[in-house]
Amino acid sequence: MADGTGPAAARYHGRGGRACRTVSACLLVLLAGCVRGPLSALDPAGPAAESVARLWWVMAAGAGLILILMVALGAWAFRRGRSRCGEALGRHLILGGGLVFPLTVLGLLLAYGLPAGRASLPSAGEQAFRVNVTAHQWWWEVSYPDVAGGARRFADEIHIPAGVPVHVRIASNDVIHSFWAPRLGGKLDAVPGRVNVARLLADRPGVYEGACAEFCGVDHARMRLRVIAHEPEELQRQLRAMAEQRVAGAPVGGQRTANWQPGGAHGQVPAGAAAARPEGG
Amino acid sequence: MAGPPRAGPAAALALHRALQRGWRNPPGWRSLSAVNHTTVGLRFIATALVFFLLGGVLAMLLRAQLAAPGAGFLDAPLYNQIFTMHGTVMMFLFAIPMLEGYALYLLPKMLGARDLAYPRLGAYAYWCYLFGGLILVGGLAAGVAPDAGWFMYTPLSSATYSPGINSDIWLIGVTFSEISAVCGAVELVVTILTQRTAGMSLARMPVFAWYVLAAAAMILVGFPPLILGSILLELERALGWAFFDPTRGGDPLLWQHLFWMFGHPEVYIIFLPAAGVVSTLVPVFARHPLVGYGWVVGSAVVLAVLSFALWAHHMFVAGIARPAQTFFSVASMLIALPTAVQFFAWIATLWAGRPVWRLPMLYLAGFLAVFVAGGLTGVMLALVPFNQQAHDTHFVVAHLHYVLVGGMVFPLLAGVYYWMPHVTGRMPSERLGAWGFWLIFAGFNATFLVMHLTGLMGMPRRIHTYDDGLGWAGPNLLSSVGGFVMAAGFAVLLLDVFLHARVGRIAPRNPWGAGTLEWAMATPPPAYNIASQPRVQGRDPLWDEPALAAQMAAGRHYLGRAAQGGGRETLGVDMLTGEPTHRVQLPGPSWLPLIAALATGGFFLAVLFKSYWLAAAGALAALALFLRWAWQGGSQGGDGAAGRLPALPARGGPGSAAAGDGLPQAGADLPHAWEGLPQACAGCDLPPHHVCRNAPGWWGTVYALVADGTVLASLLFGYVYLWVITPGWRPPDSLPAGAAPAMAAAAPALAAAAAAAHFAWRAAAGGRRDGGRASAGEGEGGRHGKGGGQAGAPQRTAACAAWLAGACVAGLAAAAALSALAASLPPATVHAYGAITRALAGYAVLHAALGAVMAGYVACRARAGFVSAERSLEPRVARLWWMYSAVSGLAVLTALWLPMA
Repeated sequence: MADGTGPAAARYHGRGGRACRTVSACLLVLLAGCVRGPLSALDPAGPAAESVARLWWVMAAGAGLILILMVALGAWAFRRGRSRCGEALGRHLILGGGLVFPLTVLGLLLAYGLPAGRASLPSAGEQAFRVNVTAHQWWWEVSYPDVAGGARRFADEIHIPAGVPVHVRIASNDVIHSFWAPRLGGKLDAVPGRVNVARLLADRPGVYEGACAEFCGVDHARMRLRVIAHEPEELQRQLRAMAEQRVAGAPVGGQRTANWQPGGAHGQVPAGAAAARPEGG
Repeated sequence: MAGPPRAGPAAALALHRALQRGWRNPPGWRSLSAVNHTTVGLRFIATALVFFLLGGVLAMLLRAQLAAPGAGFLDAPLYNQIFTMHGTVMMFLFAIPMLEGYALYLLPKMLGARDLAYPRLGAYAYWCYLFGGLILVGGLAAGVAPDAGWFMYTPLSSATYSPGINSDIWLIGVTFSEISAVCGAVELVVTILTQRTAGMSLARMPVFAWYVLAAAAMILVGFPPLILGSILLELERALGWAFFDPTRGGDPLLWQHLFWMFGHPEVYIIFLPAAGVVSTLVPVFARHPLVGYGWVVGSAVVLAVLSFALWAHHMFVAGIARPAQTFFSVASMLIALPTAVQFFAWIATLWAGRPVWRLPMLYLAGFLAVFVAGGLTGVMLALVPFNQQAHDTHFVVAHLHYVLVGGMVFPLLAGVYYWMPHVTGRMPSERLGAWGFWLIFAGFNATFLVMHLTGLMGMPRRIHTYDDGLGWAGPNLLSSVGGFVMAAGFAVLLLDVFLHARVGRIAPRNPWGAGTLEWAMATPPPAYNIASQPRVQGRDPLWDEPALAAQMAAGRHYLGRAAQGGGRETLGVDMLTGEPTHRVQLPGPSWLPLIAALATGGFFLAVLFKSYWLAAAGALAALALFLRWAWQGGSQGGDGAAGRLPALPARGGPGSAAAGDGLPQAGADLPHAWEGLPQACAGCDLPPHHVCRNAPGWWGTVYALVADGTVLASLLFGYVYLWVITPGWRPPDSLPAGAAPAMAAAAPALAAAAAAAHFAWRAAAGGRRDGGRASAGEGEGGRHGKGGGQAGAPQRTAACAAWLAGACVAGLAAAAALSALAASLPPATVHAYGAITRALAGYAVLHAALGAVMAGYVACRARAGFVSAERSLEPRVARLWWMYSAVSGLAVLTALWLPMA
């Protein structure tokens, strides 16, 4: 990664040449094309996921180079016809390859990689839209403490404003789950007895799929979620409409657990909860 | 093998027959009582292989289900059982026992010894492993296998969310087989440190022994947190104690900490012996000694230490504090350094030598490529931001298989091909072997390379099915096809193993031209390994002295005679220098290990089915059997000539034998302390182990207490963790009524018991300043002891027995006071404070009670006349136990009292 990280980092920070940038951008588009998908962390839609996706490609390139180097060093021992090298070279190899080389690579990687996590950290003073999410076996209970009537609870869909930081307070009602919307950022566990806060930021309005990432029992595979980012003014309308619909319908939440049948397909929700689901979502 | 002139082939054959009589296993079904390390090691390996095949079949079922989106081959409950069992079987029933089997089989041979330090303990470890594994497999067969994932995260694994017996099966079965691993580890550490051949200083040890030493030491410190965690979780599940339940002051993250304090070192416990195989094989095929031996040994040790500082990198998304994340992130990356040092040492060795390309090298090449890739993704995962995306996805599944299959299975298979001729005496087929390798290698990479991408495309691990349209179908199909190719490769490998054992070419002596001592013996190896134990001059004795093997077979080195009465013996050496200091007399075949393991198994089964009276009966039966076992094995005479030895030789001692060049001159002035020696025999005049400071029993107790101390440390960690980290509670401001008087009674009782045990040892040791220093190296000590013994031996023994009886009474009093303390604490089912403090008190009670039993036992030994100035090992061990119990008991009392201070 010594060969990969430095220049690559410069490239991505826009300090490299134009040609370099264009080539790498083309390569990235090509590669990224294969790995698009509604849950793909390599198809980012927000700054947190984007910095990690970039980090991945840099690390993958560097790791590939190192792997090739190591295999080549091993293979070379069988290819050489010339005289053997002595213990002294061996010691240099051990010192250089075993200590200097990895220390350099790791130092560069830490310097480049650790800041990539900043975008997923909620800062205390930040103006943010707040969402409370409580995980249940096997669904997500969502409420909006800042919205009039938002204290009411909804299931599995999280409406957020696009372009505005969102703080998601994650709790659990039963076992450990993990909240993950890969295109927006990394995951964070829902641990009973604790509240963890994740920061989401969607660049544009859109629908972003998510899933429970921590094994949580029989229906873990079906425990999906969906983050829907709206234009901020659109969001208010949406939430108001949802609240009114909800008032008309039966309560959601607590009943859901009892009604929920293991093995049911995602999106099949009991009648009461269905009322909370916006039509156009 | 042309024998040296003085001892012709006929003499060598006679020696062989004589040794064989003392060492061979009983025939037929009675071979179940065998304790020989070759037999026990092969049993471990064969059983682990069966479990590996089972784990592989489970993996194939998983891959079949995931091959296509929405598949209905397995439903979710069954899938959950199968993936949980796949991980559990592979980690606990395959990887660890397989490597222990390797070590048990190989180490004495490599160290130039005849057996391990505790042959019966090795057999007991095997039976515990087998029965623990059978409990787990029985659960699978009955359809109630564990289904909460192999790391059993609570609350999912708690009684509330997993009400069935499934999780209990995991906790009981795994703990049972972990006892086996810990027993094996104690045995390996003591063997490596004290039972080598003459002249094998630490710096001349085969590098494999260093790796196994590091791994075994890690087991001693790494397994106790999980053993403790499993006990606590079972207490919570079965009796409702509140350790992990957040509604009662517990914390589910405590389980994760305890689990990963075990779980991360576990990875290196698996990797280190495998890396030891690599470090052993590379020099052989490079035709050059290992370059940077010191660096390699150093990095194995650093790896072992450092791996205990990484566990929380499995918890980066659980919401632990940011500075802690950074610490664990950096520490996780640093682990790359010692690994890289080893890799470059191997490459440097290849460069320095003239490598030859044989079948085992193929697997080593596969190891290089696969494990480096796994290490690189490991570095990626150590980076917190990336980890938060990749964690709990198939990326991690791919990573861990690259690390474990690359780091363990490939070196293991290289070792299989390398040592196969040693076990069977026949050579494997290069062609079939290469087919097997390429199928496994190609299948492995097809399965797991693409899985990195599947994970980054959002596929969480442990899901039994997935929808179409997520882009996961193609990569999953490829993974499944690759998985079956890999399985085909293993089938070819097995075919090769079975075929070669039948029709393989007979292997020549030392077929690979290796330098280590396991190749100095005939293959398949005789039960006694070697007819005499050599004096080694370097790390590769067979390279240094090509004639060594023939000399050993002719009995020209140490202990080159059959012990009297058909007993088994091997050299005991000074830990650092490898100078012989005593003869370790080893037990022969015994049914006790099997019976004791059955009693232990009865205990665990009774706990599993919650019949606690039966469990108590099982525990008592096991305890009684252990005492019987100790009674037989002590310095009493059950084992060969030990008990009948009149006294130490007055002069000479080992020094005279060890000072020479190791080849005793015929007719040299070796003291013939015992009549009837057929010929001059180097080392035969060494004292037996029970009079020695370095006696195996002493060191075994020390290392067992290291593991025991780690249990207490983990428990105290849990106490402090719940008190400090868990939100919302702290211990009460004052102890409940009744606690203070109980504490006031327990502390002096503990101190009194320890003091009595100390005086008992002083009395037994005959008033020597340090009876323990009766190291056989100093014939002096023995003489003093003897002199003292002559003065007032009966009185001394009586005093020893009296002091021990006092220790027994004081120990019972301490146990009673500590039980009263436990009873006065708040109920364990209401709040985590009550649960954790009662667990601490329970630990102290158990140790005081066991200490009382031990003191009573040694008192009986003294009364029966088995304790004397020379044979003061048993009071010394009792004293050690009591020192530990008193200190740990006082630590528990302090911990309970501290919040109120």
